[in-house]
Amino acid sequence: MLSRRNPQLNAHGELIHLLSIEGLPKAVVTQILDTAGTFLSVNEREVKKVPLLRGKSVFNLFFENSTRTRTTFEIAAKRLSADVINLDIARSSTAKGESLLDTIANLSAMHADMFVVRHSESGAPYLIAQHCAPHVHVVNAGDGRHAHPTQGLLDMYTIRHYKRDFTNLTVAIVGDIVHSRVARSDIHALTTLGVPEIRAVGPKTLVPGDLREMGVRVCHDMAEGIRGADVIIMLRLQNERMSGAMLPSAGEFFKNYGLTPEKLALAKPDAIVMHPGPINRGVEIDSAVADGRQSVILPQVTFGIAVRMAVMSIIAGNNP
Amino acid sequence: MKVLIKNGRIVDPASGRDEAGDIAIAAGRIVAIGRVAADFAPNRTIDAAGLVVAPGLVDLAVRLREPGHEHEGMLESEMAAAMAGGVTHLVCPPDTDPPLDEPGLVEMLKFRARNLNHARLYPLGALTRGLKGEALTEMAELTEAGCVAFSQAEAPVRDTLVLHRALQYASTFGYAVWLRPNDPWLGNGVAAKGPLATRMGLSGVPVIAETIALALIFELVRDTKARVHLCRLSSAAGVEMVRAAKAEGLPVSCDVSVHNLHLTDVDIGYFNAAMRVTPPLRQQRDRDALRAALADGTIDALVSDHTPVDEDAKNLPFAEAEPGATGVELLLSLALKWGADSGLPLVKTLATVTQRPVGVMGESLGSLGSSAGCLVEGGLADLCLFDPAAHWQVTPAALRSQGKHTPFAGYELPGRVVATLVGGHVAYEATRG
Repeated sequence: MLSRRNPQLNAHGELIHLLSIEGLPKAVVTQILDTAGTFLSVNEREVKKVPLLRGKSVFNLFFENSTRTRTTFEIAAKRLSADVINLDIARSSTAKGESLLDTIANLSAMHADMFVVRHSESGAPYLIAQHCAPHVHVVNAGDGRHAHPTQGLLDMYTIRHYKRDFTNLTVAIVGDIVHSRVARSDIHALTTLGVPEIRAVGPKTLVPGDLREMGVRVCHDMAEGIRGADVIIMLRLQNERMSGAMLPSAGEFFKNYGLTPEKLALAKPDAIVMHPGPINRGVEIDSAVADGRQSVILPQVTFGIAVRMAVMSIIAGNNP
Repeated sequence: MKVLIKNGRIVDPASGRDEAGDIAIAAGRIVAIGRVAADFAPNRTIDAAGLVVAPGLVDLAVRLREPGHEHEGMLESEMAAAMAGGVTHLVCPPDTDPPLDEPGLVEMLKFRARNLNHARLYPLGALTRGLKGEALTEMAELTEAGCVAFSQAEAPVRDTLVLHRALQYASTFGYAVWLRPNDPWLGNGVAAKGPLATRMGLSGVPVIAETIALALIFELVRDTKARVHLCRLSSAAGVEMVRAAKAEGLPVSCDVSVHNLHLTDVDIGYFNAAMRVTPPLRQQRDRDALRAALADGTIDALVSDHTPVDEDAKNLPFAEAEPGATGVELLLSLALKWGADSGLPLVKTLATVTQRPVGVMGESLGSLGSSAGCLVEGGLADLCLFDPAAHWQVTPAALRSQGKHTPFAGYELPGRVVATLVGGHVAYEATRG
């Protein structure tokens, strides 16, 4: 039976795994963001390395392919001086019929210190955290529709960098919220940090009314959703949603919810535009916006390395 | 063999009896209830002081996993579990491998069960061949082999024309059809649709998956007059529809599982796969409606929905984990817990696992109908003796079922089965300490 205690915190309330932003104390979130700030300068130095994870083995376990996220974790771990082992499990063990927990047991026997896990099923990192050796730390790099906490944290870092204070912001998240782990992590993080107005914008097939229970204002009209916003987070529309019963076509989605310069004009003049990438130009975002002066999409990537360094160094320093 | 059960509290929901007394058993049948003649000379006397002597329980949903899923459960282990739970009559769904769609399979199962001399087994035959929802099975042959009704278990009949004909055909001969109301297209998720599933990123089954299926079934019942039992109700809206259908006089009955009666989606916690059950756990207002409906009789029976699942199939991410939980050993205790929470007298509580499920099975019980789920002189001595004051902690490893996964692991539950008698023979006896 799983314990009812939040499994990512130890008895002292310190972070030992990063599985979800939900349930994290504000102090822990702030600690990660502050720590990321100190690593940002490391990334700008000529020798981009600190010895915090020297001698530690970080295993990137990607049960679902993602070159981009895996690369950012790899860079972050290497800049902390860890040894990084990349396992593209989507194409190896499970294809041979090995169970998830057998894979974990085998890798634990290789004396892993940290697992960075991406999996297509919600909750898979919880199962791994529950079954791996006590000294092993687990970082969720995206599980199903459930959570993508490092993306949520890097989004918070970005917002804090440009807006300083969270407590007077209006943040609009636009697009395929129902299938988005990024949206869920952003919503939990924004709520924890005290953002007073979070809007979820999209058609009813992609933005369910149940989201209101997460403290979100649901808007099915794009203009209403982004009017007066300080921050607009555009989500990637996955190819498989672009036709069928969720949406009739990418073109019709863009017409209603694509972020164009005209729609962006409804937001505050100094609003920033974010996107977890990779972007679909002309599907959820117009090139003029993606490349425009309000876009902070590339700085998000830069901050992402520092945030992942912060997460790995903090959890590695806490004992179970 | 003559057995005398002395000084027990005899509780029989069918007659409303709840009083102290003795029961005399001879040649497998009850020969006296209450006062036993002084010249009755038993071979064995059981002192039932402090115990309730009740009819053996009747569980309308127990998967024995044979044939085809022996790694998850065997007739021996699951029948032993039923005995330990005081369950003497059990209905098993046809979703074995191969499914129970041929008389030979049913006869073999009945034969194996009879040889174990444990619970009495009532198989449900497959409604369609291979449970594929396409062609009807030989219902008359299957009935002769021992099937008490026909079911699709969890397999859908997607084609409404096939379902219509199946009900027409079954009603021709008076066979009952057992269906779980679940729209196959809307009902594919892994958790109840709602704030929790949305927050956790789990695919949701909306309430309308149940109500649309109920609306369809009720229309077919109106047209065909078929007798339909609705398995595993899960929602408040579903309860309301069944209540209205019964008021209208439709020949329908329904049951609820111990899981949906006691738990809600919040119990999923941090993706606890033990909570992955079918139908999914819904919200509190649904659970409250199910509890009230079981008390007022809208829901006819409480079932364990016993489904042993092995470790490998459960130790997976929530959505990939096989649904189901072991439960036949917990049925009595979970009924008692619900009854106590609801402030019901024992005789009413026990009716949901004795007299009322027998009512669902109706005439299909044949000659057993007069003595199953009740205590009558001349009837078969199928009894459950339990200590109503005892509490026990659910320890999965100690369960007799081969399946060790239950949402109630660690729960402290009331009521401990002390002995189970089948046909006057003591088939289970707890070590009393």
